[in-house]
This record gives sequence, C-alpha cells and structure tokens, in this order.
Amino acid sequence: MFTLLFFLSVTVFFLFNLLPGDPAALTCGRACSPAIIEANRHRLGLDEPVPTQYVKFVSGIFAGRTFSPDSPEPIVCNAPCLGYSFNRHEQVMSLIARAAPVTFWLAIGAFILWLVAGISLGIFAALRRGRWPDRLVMGISLIGYSMPSFFIGLVLMFFVVIKWQLLPFPSYISPFENPGQFFQTMLLPWIVLATLNAAFYMRLTRNQVLEVLNDDYVRTARAKGLPERVVVIKHALRAGLTPIVTAAGLDLAYLLGGAIISENIFSLPGLGSLALSSIIDSDLPLITGITLLTATIIIFANLVVDLLYTVVDPRVRIT
Amino acid sequence: MMPTRGSLDRPFLSVTDLSVAFPTEDGLVHAVDGVSLSVERGKTLAIVGESGSGKSVTAQAIMGLVNRKAAKVTGEIWLDGQELIGLPQNEVQELMGSEIAMIFQDPMSSLHPFYRIGDQIAEAIRAHRPVGAKEARRETIEMLRHVGIPAVERRVDAYPHQLSGGMRQRVMIAMALINSPQLLIADEPTTALDVTVQAQILELISSLQKEFGTTVILITHDLGIVADVADEVAVMYGGRIVEVASTGQLYDRPEMPYTLGLLSSIPRMDREPERLDPIRGNPPSPINLPKGCVFQPRCNYSDRVPGGACLTVRPDLLESGPDHFVRCHLQIEERQQISREVLQVLAGAPQ
Repeated sequence: MFTLLFFLSVTVFFLFNLLPGDPAALTCGRACSPAIIEANRHRLGLDEPVPTQYVKFVSGIFAGRTFSPDSPEPIVCNAPCLGYSFNRHEQVMSLIARAAPVTFWLAIGAFILWLVAGISLGIFAALRRGRWPDRLVMGISLIGYSMPSFFIGLVLMFFVVIKWQLLPFPSYISPFENPGQFFQTMLLPWIVLATLNAAFYMRLTRNQVLEVLNDDYVRTARAKGLPERVVVIKHALRAGLTPIVTAAGLDLAYLLGGAIISENIFSLPGLGSLALSSIIDSDLPLITGITLLTATIIIFANLVVDLLYTVVDPRVRIT
Repeated sequence: MMPTRGSLDRPFLSVTDLSVAFPTEDGLVHAVDGVSLSVERGKTLAIVGESGSGKSVTAQAIMGLVNRKAAKVTGEIWLDGQELIGLPQNEVQELMGSEIAMIFQDPMSSLHPFYRIGDQIAEAIRAHRPVGAKEARRETIEMLRHVGIPAVERRVDAYPHQLSGGMRQRVMIAMALINSPQLLIADEPTTALDVTVQAQILELISSLQKEFGTTVILITHDLGIVADVADEVAVMYGGRIVEVASTGQLYDRPEMPYTLGLLSSIPRMDREPERLDPIRGNPPSPINLPKGCVFQPRCNYSDRVPGGACLTVRPDLLESGPDHFVRCHLQIEERQQISREVLQVLAGAPQ
C-alpha cells in the first residue's frame, strides 16, 4: 500500500510538472516583468530541478518545510505540509482541511440515502420479479440512471428553492453549529448525489438477489422447511448483499474525493469545488495536494473493504 | 407396483398421474407428464434417466420444492395417507425437512458458504422441533458422527469450504436425516463426487436407510450404481416413465429399447472399449416433443413396428410381466428377443 502511494505521488508530481503553462508567470499580476517572474520562480522553489522539488515536497509531508527561506518573510509550513498555494496565499493543508468536512458530510449523507434506497428497492423488485412493482422500480432506476446529475440538480434547485421556496438558498454550515440549516442545505445535494448511485444499486441488488435465490444453498434452506422469510433474509440476502459491501465502500471513497457537479450547483465549499477552482487557476500545489489526498482515500478504502470482506465472508478469512 | 386408483390400502408413497408444466414464451413445457409410481415403506425406488428426462422435477414435485407460482402441478401425491399437492404452503413447509428430506447433487454448492456446518444442521432441527441450542448441537454432533465424519468436535464448527466434497455430502446426509424423515429423496447424490467416494456415500445411504427404516427415492443417470441399492427401478424419458420393474427384472430382462441403450452405455473394464455403445442423438426438447413415441427418433428398432405407429401414436405404459411395465409399441416377444440379443453382446458372448 505504501509502495503504491509512493509511485502514485511520483507520478502525480512529475505529471503535473509536465503540464503546459508556467506557474511562476501566473503568480504575478498585470504589472509583470521577466525579472519579477524569475524572482517568483526562485521564491516558489520552481527553479530547482523537478526531482529536488519532489524530495522537498515529500520531506515537507513528514518534517514540514519553509518556503522562500532567504526572503524577508519566510513562510513556515508545518508537517504534514502538502505545499503552499501562492495563488491563495494559504497552505494547501489548511485549504483542504476547511473543504474536507463539507465533502465528508455530503458524501456520508448521500451514501446512506443511496444505500437504503438502492438496496431496499432492489430487494423489493427482486422478490416481485416480472410483476408491476419490479417494472416500476426498474423504470425509476432507468430514469435515475439516465438523468445527468447537473440536470436533476438544477431542476430541483429551480423548483424547490427558487419557485416554491420550500427550502432556503443553500448556504453551508457545520451540523454542530446549526443542525436545522445544515439539513436544509444538504437535502438537495444529497438527493442529487444519491440518485445516480441509487439507480445503479437498485439494479445491482436486484440482480444479485435474483442470482442467489437460484443458488443451491437457498434451495437447501427451503428443503429444510424454513419459513420463506428466513430463507430470503438469512440465507439469500446474507450471501447476495456481501459483494455489494465491496462496491459500496469503493463508491463512498470515490465520493469523498469531492463531488464537483453537486458542490458547484449548490455552492458548497467542498473538495470538489476546491479541485475545480484549483484547476481553473492552474494552482499546481493545490492540484497536487488534492489529487494525492483523493488517491490516498481510495487506496485506504480498498484496504478497509478487503479487511471488511474477511469479516463477512469466512471463505476469505485467513486462518 | 402400480397404484390402483381409490385403493384403501395405498402404498406408503404413491404418485398418480403427476404432471409439472412450466409456462414459457413458447407455450407450456411439460417437464413431467403423467408420471405414476409407488414405493412401499422402507424400500428404495431408483428413478433413472438422462438430463431433461424429468427425474429431478419429479423429485422436487414430491418434495414440494417446485415453485407453484412458476409451474402448474397436477395429479396426486399420497404420502402415508396424506395428499400433498393440495396442501397449503405452510403445511408443505412443515413436512419439508421433517417427514420428507432431500439430498442434492452438488455438495459443493448446496451448503451455505457463510455459516458453520453445525449451525446449518442445528437450524434444520430447530425449524421443526422446540429444542434448545445446546440440545440441538448435541444432536448435530451425534448425527455427524453417525454419518462417519472424523474429528466431529472440531468439524462441527468448520465452514463448508474447509471440507472435502465427500465430507460435505456426508454433512448434507446428516442434515437430511436429522429429523428422522420417513422419505428421503436423493437427487444424484454421488454425481459430483470422486468414484471412490461415490461407493462410500451410497453405502452410507443404504445402511442409514436400514437403520432408520427410511423410504428412499434415488435419482440418478447412472444405471451402474442402481443395482446394489434399489429395490425397484423406474426409467424416465421425455418426462414419462418408459419402463418400471424390480431391479432384478430390469437388469435381467430389460425390454424398452431406451433401457437397453442405457445399459449399453455403462463403461465396463471387462469389455473392449469399442463395445461401449452410446444411444445416438440427444434427448428430446420438452418444448417440441415428437408426436408419437418420444424415444422414436433415437430408437434402433422402431422400423420393426408395423404401420409406423411409433411416429404417430404415443404408446401406453403396459404390463409386460409380473411387476414389469413397459411403454413400447414393439410386440412383447419381439422386445424380449431384442433384449436377449443386446444382453448377449453386453456379456461379451461370441457373435
């Protein structure tokens, strides 16, 4: 896992240094002269060779570092230091730390919503296979699946907030400060973000359940004379929903990296918004920081899912 | 042998005119079409046939495992004075696993991969009897020991994937017998196992049968394993019984050309390989059964029947001798003549 992270950071770092555009040129405003650019380049440490920059970057994560040490106002960045954004004049770490909770709450809420809706409707459809409830659920799933999230987002925003004024205009606040406003703000983003995944999980769950209902061990359970409820819940669902744990864990991790569209529509200051604006500004240190963080979350989630799987499935348990 | 309708003293299990039809887009598929059979208490009936002959569906219909929403089941199944087809689902469920139990073909996939084997057996006990967890475990361990599982104390908490195929089938047998069922249906119990284990499992089933007085229906495609365990054999083809006789009678004087074909298909070490004589062609599709005798397209002797009756008329299952019924248009004398010839070839007599 650490090897993976190492290669990942190298790739990300060098890849972004290959990007066109001169970050040093972007740091000086309108009154720009080659001399200022060169001075800035030195101040940013961009005049050094890329491998040296990388080593400084990595050692910054573990030991902290100081930017432009020879200038009158050196910038001290304590460990873990992911770099310094000269566009925003702020440390990357504190920018991320401010945006991360927003994304976290957004992702968790959407995750719960889509799992509950997706799995329960999927099971419901599977148990009524071929009849109208199944067709209805699959129809809903198809609609949810084919609707782009910016479309749902804008439609919801237009009707619920602007036209009918059922909810106030979204303005993010921590759930610990004002839970009421928090839920009012997050409700629509949660729905928008959950729709696509819920639609996907309905199909996934339905297919899984239909498959295990035909499995031999479910027939064995039936042949034991167990009530149908026990057959379905204890025997079929236990086996059928286990692989969904894997998929769900990874999807959550993906979401934790930031939801660009939903965050922008509802003007939530999360990682997605931050990533988007950093790309627009060519804010190299910030892009690098966010990419590495997102990748770390996904790698970590993979590990957690694998460990979780050994708990739920005895076949992969190491003895 | 054959049940007489309305008879007061019915055999222990008697199936009359059982049909199972699945509605599909191509119309009704008759997986089982008018099957009648009966078994006396404590005896073993083997049902033999190829895949698609309807033998497994017959077994599942007796067990009550055929999904009634998906299939149309008609006819009568009497078990120990009780008619099963008309029973409400909750009563069928009560019988399953207690009065009637089943062993399935593939022990690899028939046990739940996520639960310990001991818990899976104990679940079968507690589904039917008000027994505490401790008592259920004690009974489970005893039964596992009974079916010949070594180091039971340790194995009872094993997961299915930790056991070999033969062990798992023993677990399935223990699970089936745990509530002392009167009827045990074994659906190809040895097909998925190694040859060496096959014999052990069959031996186990028949010794437990003697011990508990269980009636057994053994479903198999392998006539070779039937001889030692079954009292009677019913041969199925295309959803119908085509020949039924006591085991000795069937092996000594098989009459239906299909049965002869099955016997010729058993590989034997004491025979030249080229003497292995499989039945040509494939089993009929149940969607599009031949108009006349369902076996006619694969039969070597149908041209001996005058008037081409095999092509147009479905033969009936008729008595051919004591305890011997055959569904064939050939004259009895002619069938017996053919049978003698085939058996001579099989025995390796000089030609």
